[in-house]
Amino acid sequence: MMNSLLVVEGLGVQNWTYIIVGLTFALYIGIAIWSRASSTNDFYVAGGGVSPLANGMATAADWMSAASFISMAGIISFAGYDGAVYLMGWTGGYVLLALLLAPYLRKFGKFTVPDFIGDRYYSKTARIVAVFCALLVSFTYVAGQMRGVGIVFSRFLEVEINTGVIIGMLIVLFYAVLGGMKGITYTQVAQYCVLIFAFMVPAIFISIQMTGNPIPQLGFGSELANGSGTYVLDKLDGLSTELGFAEYTEGSKSLIDVFAITLALMVGTAGLPHVIVRFFTVKRVRDARKSAGIALLLIVLLYSTAPAVAVFARTNMIETVSNQPYASVPQWFKTWEGTGLITFTDKNKDGIIQYVADPNQNELVVDNDIMVLANPEIANLPDWVIALVAAGGLAAALSTAAGLLLVISSSVSHDLIKKIIKPSISEKGELIAARLSAVAAVCVAGYFGIHPPGFVAAVVALAFGLAAASFFPAIILGVFYKRMNKEGAIAGMIVGITAMLLYMMKYKLGWFDEVLPDKSEWWFGISPEGFGTLAMILNFIVSITIMRFTKAPPKEVQDMVEEIRIPSGAGEASKH
Amino acid sequence: MTKEEKATAYWKTNIKYVLILLSVWFLVSYGAGILFKDALNTIKFGGFKLGFWFAQQGSMYVFVILIFIYVRLMNRLDKKYGYDE
Repeated sequence: MMNSLLVVEGLGVQNWTYIIVGLTFALYIGIAIWSRASSTNDFYVAGGGVSPLANGMATAADWMSAASFISMAGIISFAGYDGAVYLMGWTGGYVLLALLLAPYLRKFGKFTVPDFIGDRYYSKTARIVAVFCALLVSFTYVAGQMRGVGIVFSRFLEVEINTGVIIGMLIVLFYAVLGGMKGITYTQVAQYCVLIFAFMVPAIFISIQMTGNPIPQLGFGSELANGSGTYVLDKLDGLSTELGFAEYTEGSKSLIDVFAITLALMVGTAGLPHVIVRFFTVKRVRDARKSAGIALLLIVLLYSTAPAVAVFARTNMIETVSNQPYASVPQWFKTWEGTGLITFTDKNKDGIIQYVADPNQNELVVDNDIMVLANPEIANLPDWVIALVAAGGLAAALSTAAGLLLVISSSVSHDLIKKIIKPSISEKGELIAARLSAVAAVCVAGYFGIHPPGFVAAVVALAFGLAAASFFPAIILGVFYKRMNKEGAIAGMIVGITAMLLYMMKYKLGWFDEVLPDKSEWWFGISPEGFGTLAMILNFIVSITIMRFTKAPPKEVQDMVEEIRIPSGAGEASKH
Repeated sequence: MTKEEKATAYWKTNIKYVLILLSVWFLVSYGAGILFKDALNTIKFGGFKLGFWFAQQGSMYVFVILIFIYVRLMNRLDKKYGYDE
C-alpha cells in the first residue's frame, strides 16, 4: 500500500513522517548538546538568565501537552459547548499565575515549589508534604505524555506503541539529563515552533476548504463555502440534534459542574509545579510577569484554534461516515481502525454506519485522540501536512514530559537529598543526584507509558484537582497573608489533597463500592474533575481556622513576606 | 515617606489593580461564558451565539489582554516607587 502510494503520490505519508520527525529530533538533540548544564543553578533554573520571550515560548510548550495538542480538539468536538471548561480552565489559570504567583515566587528566588513552601512555612514537615504533592501531581501527568508519544509513533511510523514509548524515553532522557532546565528550556523553544506550526497549518487549510476564511477563529463562525448560506455552527447543531445528540453549542453538563470544573482547572494550572518553576528561570520580577503574558498569548493561539478544528472535524466526520455503507469508507477510516481507535460494529447487519447518540443503536466509536491526528486525512490534505501533525504531537508530548521530569528530579535531588537527607552534599554531588533521579524518573514514566494501569488516563485530568487542593492555597496564603503559619498551611494541604484523593477513589475509580457510584450521588452535583474546587475551598478554610488557634510565624518569616512583595533586588535564583 | 510606608502604599495599589483585573477575569469567563450564557446566546453575531463565543473564544482573548494590562500597570508602579531595575 505504502509503496504504491510512493509511486503515485511522490514521497508518501510515511517517508514524509520519517523526514520531518527525524529533522525535528536532530534539532532537539543539537540544542541539548549546545546547552549542557554545568552547575545545579543551570540544571534547576537554566542559570536564571532566560529572556522573557524564550521563557514564554518554553512555558507554552511545557504547558501544551499531548492532551492539548492531540486530545483537546477531539474532546471539544464530542463535548460541544462543554469543551469550554478546558479552554477557559487551561488559559484562565495564567491570569492567576501572572497576578498572584509568578512575580512573588520569582522574587523569592529559589529552585523549586517545595523550596518556597519549606522556607515560607519554616518547617521540614511542610517541605516533605510539598514534595509528596509535587511527585504525585507530576507522575500522574507524565504517564499520560509517554502514552501520547506511543500513539503517535504507532500510527505514523508503524512501530509498536511500546517501541514508540522507548524511543521517546531515550530522546527525553538525552536532553533532560544532559541539559537539565537549560537544555529543556531551549529545546522547548524549538518545540513550540514545531507544534504551533503543525497545529495551525492543517487548521488553516481546512478552514479555507470549508468556509473560504483562512482564519480558523473566524471561519467557524462563518457560512459554509458550498454556497448554501448556512453557518457552520447552525449546520452542526442541526446534524447533532438529528442524530440525537445535544445541540453542539448548548452542551449537556450542569451549570454548577461546568463552573466547578473550570475553576478547578484554572486554579490547578496556577498550582502545577512544572509551570510555576518556569518563572524561576527569568532575570527580574518584571520579566516573570511579562513572560506569563507571552506564554498565554502563545497558548491562546493554539487554544482559540482548537474549538474551530473541533467544529470542522466533527462536521466533516459526520458527513463522511454517517449513514454511509461500510464497504465504501475512505482509506483513513481503515487505517485508524487498524490502531483500534475507530471501531465499527454492525449491530443491525445492514452494512451501513449508524452513528447516533443512543448507545444501543450506535455502531461507531471514535476515540477523542484521533480527531486532530486524523483530521488532515479526513480533509484530504497533502502528505507532508499529515507528517507535520505527527511531529507536532511528538513535540507537544516530549516538551511536557521533559518539564515534568525536571520537577520530579529536582524534588528528589534538591528538596529531599540536599535539604533533608544529606545537607552536606557538595554541588557536584547534588548535580549527579539530580541527573540520576532524572534517569530514574524517565524509567518510571516509561514503565507507566508501556503498562498504563487502568486508572492513569482517568487520573491525569485529576492532577489539576490535586494541584488546586494542595499548592495553590498554600502559596497564595504564603504571599498575601503574613499571619499564615506552618500549622495552618500543613493542615490545609493535607486535608485538601486527602479530600481530593478520597473523592477521586470513590467517584472516579469506584474503589469503595461494588460498582462506580452514579452521578446523582456526587456532592452538590460536582464531578470528580470539578471537585478540586471544593477541596481547594476546604484547604483555605482549614488553613485559616487552624492558624487562628496557633502561634503567628516568627518575625524573620514575616519580614521575608514583606521582602517578597517588593520587586527590586531579585538577583539570580541561586542565593542559597 | 519611610521605607515601610513606601512598601505599604505600593502593596495597596498592587492589590487594587489585582482585584479590578480579577473582577473582569471572573465576569468574562464565569459570567458571560457560564452563568449568563443562555441569556447571551439569544444574541447572535455572524454564526456565533454570544455566550458560546465568550466561552470558547472571547474569554481567552480577554485573559491575554488582562495580563498585558497588569504588566504595564506594574511596570509604571515599580518606576513610581523606585523598585524598577
